[in-house]
Amino acid sequence: MAGAAAGGTTLGEKAGLKMGQATRDAFGDALRDLGDEFPEIVTVDGDVGNSTRTEVFAKKYPNRAVNVGIAESNMVSVAGGLASTGKTAVTASFACFLMNNAFDQIRMSVAFPKLNVKLVGSHAGISIGEDGPSQMGIEDVSLACSLPNVVVMVPSDAASTKAAVRAMIEHKGPTYLRLGRPKVPMIYGDSCKDFKIGKSITVRDGGDVTIIANGLMVSAALDAAKDLEDAGIQARVIDMHTVKPIDRDAIVKAAKETGAIVVAEEHLHHGGLGSVVAQVVSETHPVRMAYVDVGDCYAESGDPDGLLQKYGLTAENIVKAVKSLKK
Amino acid sequence: MAVSAKKLGLDELKDKAKAIRRHIIDITTEAASGHPSSSLSATEVVTALFFGGFMKLDPKNPTAKERDRFVLSKGHAVPVLYAAMAEAGFFSVKDIMSLRKLGSVYEGHPNMARLPGIEASTGSLGQGLSFGLGQALGVRMDKIDSHVYVMTGDGEMGEGQVWEAIAAAEKYKTSNLTLIIDQNGYQQTGSTKEVLDLTAFGPKVEAFGWHVQTINGNDMGEVVKALEAARKITDRPTCIVSQTKKGFGILPVLEKEKDLNYHGKPLSKKLAEEALALLS
Repeated sequence: MAGAAAGGTTLGEKAGLKMGQATRDAFGDALRDLGDEFPEIVTVDGDVGNSTRTEVFAKKYPNRAVNVGIAESNMVSVAGGLASTGKTAVTASFACFLMNNAFDQIRMSVAFPKLNVKLVGSHAGISIGEDGPSQMGIEDVSLACSLPNVVVMVPSDAASTKAAVRAMIEHKGPTYLRLGRPKVPMIYGDSCKDFKIGKSITVRDGGDVTIIANGLMVSAALDAAKDLEDAGIQARVIDMHTVKPIDRDAIVKAAKETGAIVVAEEHLHHGGLGSVVAQVVSETHPVRMAYVDVGDCYAESGDPDGLLQKYGLTAENIVKAVKSLKK
Repeated sequence: MAVSAKKLGLDELKDKAKAIRRHIIDITTEAASGHPSSSLSATEVVTALFFGGFMKLDPKNPTAKERDRFVLSKGHAVPVLYAAMAEAGFFSVKDIMSLRKLGSVYEGHPNMARLPGIEASTGSLGQGLSFGLGQALGVRMDKIDSHVYVMTGDGEMGEGQVWEAIAAAEKYKTSNLTLIIDQNGYQQTGSTKEVLDLTAFGPKVEAFGWHVQTINGNDMGEVVKALEAARKITDRPTCIVSQTKKGFGILPVLEKEKDLNYHGKPLSKKLAEEALALLS
């Protein structure tokens, strides 16, 4: 229970992963560290910079930070305007308030005009815990993926988040970066050199089944792979950190080589990673699939580990899903 | 070539407004769709901005860093913007005759991704002032002397986001931002008084800390004077409540048709002839 005691979860323990930073913390540090190299970066906040960690950047670069108050619609359109003057506008809020509250502003002021706005949604998923469902972004990946021109990234740990932040700043055009609140295990150690937008990373090889995951469910997938190994099943685990554009090649290869795919994500059942992977599989090389996700419901207040257990986002459920396909 | 502001005298400005009105009628009648009456109410302001010595532009280099910007938040009135830009030399009057046709960059609402010189993609009401505020902040961070003019409709002021932007602009004291409310008194389903009465815009915006002027926005002399006064304010954002008439310039036609709103309707070829006769 070391992870839970440190404010994180017990994810990754079976796989022997060390607990690391929360992805939101990694984001704040990474953005600050890029400030000199990319002088056009500015941040636009809706008064939750100490939660999203944009404040780490804002403290170092106060003249490049805007806080419009609790007004996400205005926040996103202001970011669009800044981007139209040549700025790389990083605008952040809780995933639900950014994506859900300001969706039309993202459509009209960012995606449609293809502006260089970096949307960052923290506190995604149900693992935020005690604050409860009104604060949980569980529709955001679906909403973000529905928008033309927008790159959608869901990194799994601190190192890949830092790599994702650099990638999003270097990318010309709109991006959405999904971040979590709790500390999460380190998948990649200190750095993630293989990170490339649209190119997944196979974090464990195996030929019997493929588990495609992102966010903190990559840790759960690695835990599950360990259990499956004990049962004689070799699972491939793919970190699908970019949901759009999706890495079709890796999915097709997995379908052909392993014949079964489980998708695990901290998101609603409809419209997230599972739906995107299923489209590719059905178009190319149909195989049986199963899904581990939040389902079609809102969660509740509680401790992060308890919530992940109750709503089924566990290694045990991934193992069950794999076994259901291998029967 | 560097950016510069074209400055016509009052009589020439009035003639220019007439020419722009004729283009509005021509292109919307040719398209057989669009919002001519919403464009006509705003014509004096748009004409003054482009030709009254206010907006520094380079039609041959529409993205010049030092340019001033005009964001048409009431995007459905884009015929007035296309017409003014054509008169200014961004493209030709012949070009904009393809308004709203398949393949044309002169779309039914402004699309900055397809047409250089368009400063914001609008058409979902309420977002233009926020977008303009972002631009005003961006050029100020880069110490570029550039002014951002945003035009909203009076019906559009029902969108809460506009008031979020009004509050934030006051916080940042963006004196390089001017909001012009084209108060033509009508919105889609009726008069603004009937639908949602926000008509005392002056005191409301003033209460947020802005510099506010209320003028007859179809009087070219008043428009020029107000824009000059706004430019002299250096410590806060400025607002011009531009009281206008929807369809100004061809009101006898609208009166004859017994529809002073005439929202989102082009004139028939026959009515267009009558309208153009009033603008000769």
